[in-house]
Amino acid sequence: MAGVAVSTTINGDNVEFLCQPDETLLDVLRDRLGLTGAKEGCGTGDCGACSIILDDRLVCSCLVLGAEAEGRHVETIEGMAHGDRLHPLQQKFLEHAALQCGVCTPGFLMAAKDLLAKNPDPTEEEIRFGLAGNLCRCTGYDKIVRAVQDAASVMKGA
Amino acid sequence: MVEVTLWGSLGAIAGGKSKVEIEAKDIRELFRKLAEQYPGLEPYIDRGIAVAIDGTIYRDTWSKELPEGAEIFLLPRLAGG
Amino acid sequence: MNFDPRYSGRNFTSVGTRPIRPDGVDKVTGRARYGADFNMAGQLVGRVLRSPHAHATIRKIDTSKAEKLAGVKAVITAADLPDLTDGDAAMYDILDNCMARKKALYDGHAVAAVAAVDARTARQALKLIEVDYEVLPHVTDVDEAMKHSAPLINDAIFTEGLEQKPVKPSNVTKRTQYGHGDIHEGFGQADFVVERSFKTEQTHQGYIEPHACVANVSSDGTADLWVCTQGHFVYRQHCAQLLGMEASKLRVTSSEIGGGFGGKTHVWAEPVALALSRKAGRPVKLVMTRDEVFRASGPTSATSIDVRIGARKDGTITAAEATLRYSCGPYAGTWAEIGAMTAFACYKLENVRTVGYEVLVNRPKTAAYRAPSAPMAAFAVESAVDELAKEIGMDPVEFRIRNAAQEGTRSSYGPVYGPIGIGPTLEAVKNHPHMKAPLGKNQGRGMACGFWFNFGGQTCTDLNIGMDGSVSLAVGTVDVGGSRASLSLVAAEELGIPYEQIKAVVADTSSLGYNDMTDGSRGTFSSSMATISAARNAIKVLRERAAQMWDIPVDDVVWEKGHAIAKGEKYDNLAALSLKEIAAASGKTGGPIAGHSELVADGAGVSFATHICDIEVDPETGSTRVLRYTVVQDAGKAVHPTYVEGQYQGGAAQGIGWALNEEYIYGKDGRLQNPGFLDYRIPVCSDLPMIDTQILEIPNPNHPYGVRGVGETSIVPPLAAIANAVSNAAGVRMTHIPMSPPRILAAIEAERGG
Repeated sequence: MAGVAVSTTINGDNVEFLCQPDETLLDVLRDRLGLTGAKEGCGTGDCGACSIILDDRLVCSCLVLGAEAEGRHVETIEGMAHGDRLHPLQQKFLEHAALQCGVCTPGFLMAAKDLLAKNPDPTEEEIRFGLAGNLCRCTGYDKIVRAVQDAASVMKGA
Repeated sequence: MVEVTLWGSLGAIAGGKSKVEIEAKDIRELFRKLAEQYPGLEPYIDRGIAVAIDGTIYRDTWSKELPEGAEIFLLPRLAGG
Repeated sequence: MNFDPRYSGRNFTSVGTRPIRPDGVDKVTGRARYGADFNMAGQLVGRVLRSPHAHATIRKIDTSKAEKLAGVKAVITAADLPDLTDGDAAMYDILDNCMARKKALYDGHAVAAVAAVDARTARQALKLIEVDYEVLPHVTDVDEAMKHSAPLINDAIFTEGLEQKPVKPSNVTKRTQYGHGDIHEGFGQADFVVERSFKTEQTHQGYIEPHACVANVSSDGTADLWVCTQGHFVYRQHCAQLLGMEASKLRVTSSEIGGGFGGKTHVWAEPVALALSRKAGRPVKLVMTRDEVFRASGPTSATSIDVRIGARKDGTITAAEATLRYSCGPYAGTWAEIGAMTAFACYKLENVRTVGYEVLVNRPKTAAYRAPSAPMAAFAVESAVDELAKEIGMDPVEFRIRNAAQEGTRSSYGPVYGPIGIGPTLEAVKNHPHMKAPLGKNQGRGMACGFWFNFGGQTCTDLNIGMDGSVSLAVGTVDVGGSRASLSLVAAEELGIPYEQIKAVVADTSSLGYNDMTDGSRGTFSSSMATISAARNAIKVLRERAAQMWDIPVDDVVWEKGHAIAKGEKYDNLAALSLKEIAAASGKTGGPIAGHSELVADGAGVSFATHICDIEVDPETGSTRVLRYTVVQDAGKAVHPTYVEGQYQGGAAQGIGWALNEEYIYGKDGRLQNPGFLDYRIPVCSDLPMIDTQILEIPNPNHPYGVRGVGETSIVPPLAAIANAVSNAAGVRMTHIPMSPPRILAAIEAERGG
């Protein structure tokens, strides 16, 4: 099968790649571009471990084709920190121990970033429903919710 | 001399005895003598047995001493998550 | 080196603090590398063909068409994994589970595998493999499998542990029995007796990261394996044995692990990946899909349990009995036995008897799942205990306090307890504000206790001090939930230096001696013991070097707060030497400074927890909502309290999922109908409330700091605590887990109708 040439923006950088027409954006990111921060937990959009932001919209990259990235803006976990300065969400996840195994963490951080961009002052319930598309099997979500609450208050003050 | 309690299926192999008396100073000697006196136990010992000495469970650490009068239980080795 | 593991009370500087974990930044920036995040040049993609039948004889496998497909580099079947297990029945089962030999024993059982240049070619190749099956009758239900009329899964199995040797084969591999006293006499003394039967469905560990590995076998007989595992040394042993390799020539590196909970204690695809790589002569990456994870890895047992408990009017239990039937998948296990051991472990009982039956069914091979077998037994026992308290007219907490095991109690599984925490957790629950909070309409409160043994085992740690005084700590137990942080704290404590001066890593199998797996809540318990021992060995060297630098006898040098101090008035003019100063001079005083430790960590203290929860039940739909949840558990000593809380909360959440939602659903055809996260629904963020925790610290006498394992016990009480809460809210006793809305509604309607 012939490859599709795609020109896109990933974490602010212009990126060009060739992919198969049936190849997911997740596979492109991981296997072609070496961006392995997004994880495949299910491949069916149920776990959220592959969450990325596509043109300001949170998506499961396993449900997006690589070819669909043409001309769009892709944001992944690798672009969240500014140089060696962590994003407040990243910092608060560390401080609150909002991760144990950490495999769901990149997806949660993308989902939380998207949530706070749309609702800078969410209630606990809004956080819980906002993050309900991401599965975590280690933490029971308690410390994740607290980390997002704390990050929200820091970001409001900033 | 220590008194050793064998769990269910082990007791059956040791001639239906749930308790046996063995002259042994450590776990190694205990296993050796148990296998000599009750040959049916040997494969179980080889597979791995836990030894509880006065309530503390040891895996098969041969050098562990058996204090006189201690309460000794042989238990299956367990799986954990 | 003599090492005294006994507990000695001390004031801690580092242990008990809550620093940021050393692997944290990599995990929040996406840089941490998990099983599927590693690649090798020239690597092939491995894929596994799985049986669509629950039970079938494999007459013939024709791989010729697949082999001819362009891009296919290797196709293997059981013939490529010959039986080298030499009569080791447990290893043979592992081999047969990795690749079916004569029969496919469950839906999802591997029958062949391919390695190809890309995923698409590999998938195509699987379709070209022709397997000639003779479909056999199957059985997936644990009670059905015990009937004489049930299809036999393995005709070489004769039930072990019966008084009379059976003459016919059976799906029951073993009967075990525990207990003491005389239950007939005990029940004779009872004024009240509760007798109930319970069922629990099969659940999966549900780790978010599917099994993944990269195998690279060289023509010189050496090999590398990168893999997500709870025990890379054990994987090495198993893979080496199954492939006929020398263990030391197989180097296994454990990746970051995306959850395990017992499910990554077994090899599944790793021997297959190695066999593919050996045949293809190239590296092979094999990653399971979620569908494969559900159909072919994990899960825990489905169970059927009968419980009978009798008590006097004054609330003293006089006798307790349980019969426990646990599914093992198609291979023998010891799952019911563990249930039989743990069922009544919380209580002080004069007369107790438990009987376990290990039952074969056409489901995946049962694997350990966090305190394996204990949650189901606790569900049955703690439900009956609650009901009995109600019949007597006693408060359920008071009733449990009255009968709780304590130091000196003979446990229901045999040995006598040392200092234990069941009483203190119950007292803490009794006094907890949660117990006094008001409840609304259709809301119920439940509580329950749980027990787990905790393990120790073989452990090895290297502590190397760099010339700049920084310390690298190489451990051999995989870090599943923050143990690099807790072990760094322990090293800092022992050496008397800041936490930040230490870097802990999980070493590969060629860099460190053998370590047992991170299972049985042993990671921090065992490796902290080895770390303390290694640090003390390093301190001995540091003192010797300081003595040399000062030119005084080593006996006059003590180690305090990270410094060598010359003891005695005559040394008043000698300023203390810091670890850094001694390290800087090490090149001249005898070379590198290190401390090593190889030991068997024994005496992991048993652990107890008591949970409280409030549930609201909608009587119209049977749906439930968890309103509030509290965990009280004994940690012995919480090394990093935040991660201890995390273990408590995580175990509770898994238990909540098990209690209310999660179950394997098989069709009449014996196929798993819900092998995905959409239909096998684990709790999401909006399903749960905050989970409050209270850490108790009753020191383990067999650890220098008093540490007990903390990882597993927290999943033991939730099934029962939630069942008690739902039963109280709905006004009907729930006896079947999970308590999904249809089951709750059916129970409510039966109660109304009856």
